[in-house]
Amino acid sequence: MSVTFRKLYSALVLAGAVVVVGAAPAVAQTSLLNVSYDVARDFYKDYNPLFQKHWKEKSGESIELKQSHAGSSKQVRAVADGLEADVVTMNQASDVDFLAEKGLVVKDYAKKFPTNASPYSSTMVFIVRKGNPKGLKDWSDLVQPGVQVILPHPKNTGNGRYSYLAAWGYALKQPGGNDKSAQEFVGKLLKNAPLFASGGRDATTTFMQRKIGDVLVSFESEAELIAKEFGKGGFDVVHPSLSILTEFPVAIVERTVDKKGTRKQAQAYLDYLWSKEGQENAAQNYLRPRDPEVLKKYAAQFPAINTFTVDEVFGGWSKAFPAHFKDGGTFDQIYQVK
Amino acid sequence: MKRVLPGFGLSLGFTLVYLSLLILLPLSGLAFKASSLSFEQFWNVATGERALAAYRVTFGASLVAALINAFFGLIVAWVLVRYPFPGKRLVDSLVDLPFALPTAVAGITLATLYAGNGWIGRFLEPLGLQIAFTPLGIVVALTFIGLPFVVRTLQPVIEDIEPEVEEAAATLGASRLQTFWRVLLPGIFPALLTGFTLAFSRAVGEYGSVIFIAGNMPLISEITPLLIISKLEQYDVVGATALASVMLAISFVLLLAVNGLQWWAANRHHGKERVSL
Repeated sequence: MSVTFRKLYSALVLAGAVVVVGAAPAVAQTSLLNVSYDVARDFYKDYNPLFQKHWKEKSGESIELKQSHAGSSKQVRAVADGLEADVVTMNQASDVDFLAEKGLVVKDYAKKFPTNASPYSSTMVFIVRKGNPKGLKDWSDLVQPGVQVILPHPKNTGNGRYSYLAAWGYALKQPGGNDKSAQEFVGKLLKNAPLFASGGRDATTTFMQRKIGDVLVSFESEAELIAKEFGKGGFDVVHPSLSILTEFPVAIVERTVDKKGTRKQAQAYLDYLWSKEGQENAAQNYLRPRDPEVLKKYAAQFPAINTFTVDEVFGGWSKAFPAHFKDGGTFDQIYQVK
Repeated sequence: MKRVLPGFGLSLGFTLVYLSLLILLPLSGLAFKASSLSFEQFWNVATGERALAAYRVTFGASLVAALINAFFGLIVAWVLVRYPFPGKRLVDSLVDLPFALPTAVAGITLATLYAGNGWIGRFLEPLGLQIAFTPLGIVVALTFIGLPFVVRTLQPVIEDIEPEVEEAAATLGASRLQTFWRVLLPGIFPALLTGFTLAFSRAVGEYGSVIFIAGNMPLISEITPLLIISKLEQYDVVGATALASVMLAISFVLLLAVNGLQWWAANRHHGKERVSL
């Protein structure tokens, strides 16, 4: 067998042909790309037409709005790697913090918009079987032996992390509560979990369809969607005495708006989230509006509940994340072999 | 030596470039990322308690699933080749379904079936056998996705064995077991090994279907790909690549071993033929 240099040369020619030079696509109409977390799909499906109408009236410009939805940390990684998002709308500050660290988003993004740059909020509630047969009223009932708790993976998913911190914060605020007692409390809670669902929707399916567990810890907004999907008959919603306020920060991606010249539009797109229409849209999607008047209008839908924020109890996500969810954090400590 | 078909250089070049672009480039990227860790850091990530438990779960479940597939896949392939029966084409195409089905769909479906109130789970749970959300569930999912690899590898090989071979063995006085063990199996065995290897490697890397049925409890039912995702959730790309390269190394060694076994089996088979001539 003899392979001559001439033959290898022809191989090189072929290799050259593989290299393709990409050309930049031409943009005809102004468009914005909103990169968002998974379950915000419905919210923005309703919100985008509202904004398009508003923007047309205000500036005469018709604007194209594109959406991208997936797990939030996957999304911000894609933006960091070059996905040209004009704005990001996330469900956890740690994801936007990551972009701020990379210089794609201004460091003080939370101050660029009202209410901590989070146009709406939600909280973690309990979903229990109809009639609440086990009488689960508060976090302390969830750690009792024989109670099965369903929640998504606390280390790998956003709502799992919120559930974890909600229980931790509750334990801290009990008389004599400290980090040690909180860790014990959360440890007991996790021992009552027969499984960790791979995501929020998976947890819901496990609880509602497969009928596993006595209580599902989930976003208040998710409870309403369950009612839509499975009917109101099968479950009750319980608001614990204290829970965590979950925020959904939004931000402009500096790199993209500078390059595309879309800063004005991106700013207006996010500003409009705080308008009456935007706030009403949030309420209709079962997310707590920040506008007190709109909140009052939908008061029946949102019972009053005592909440704490990640900033108040944990000093922000930038502290909470490494302390609890990085390798070696409190979650891992709970699962160490003794 | 003059070849019948021209273009050896071109096609060799194409093969090299193609394999480099498609396989070697991403793999070297992986090695490059992982090498930014010091050896001690790498060792700590690669041999953590959770990581070791996850390797055991991943490789253990994959091995069990591949063995199940090798046994039952052989039976399925044999029946599909040798026996005519109504609806055979339909059954034959059913085998490919695990290839085509999105793995997440497979995982959700299996979890629903094997959960305590599912069609299958409701009969098993009273017997004290819980499958969904335990390591057994992982085996079920991996068996599901691995089946076509064994069947599709075996079918053409079994087709090549003439039924007359069995008849000849029988006329020469071989018992049924002897016919299977000494006549049929040696011909099938290399292909069976290949199918086993393919099913096994596919199972080791599987993520989508497993996470829905595994339960994902640390130290018990966490697979290595889940730990890798967990690292990525922490934006710890380097740690993720460290785990990935350990997986890669173990898989490579195992595949190499299986290839060696195959080579040995083929040689032994041919060696016998030479003796019998």
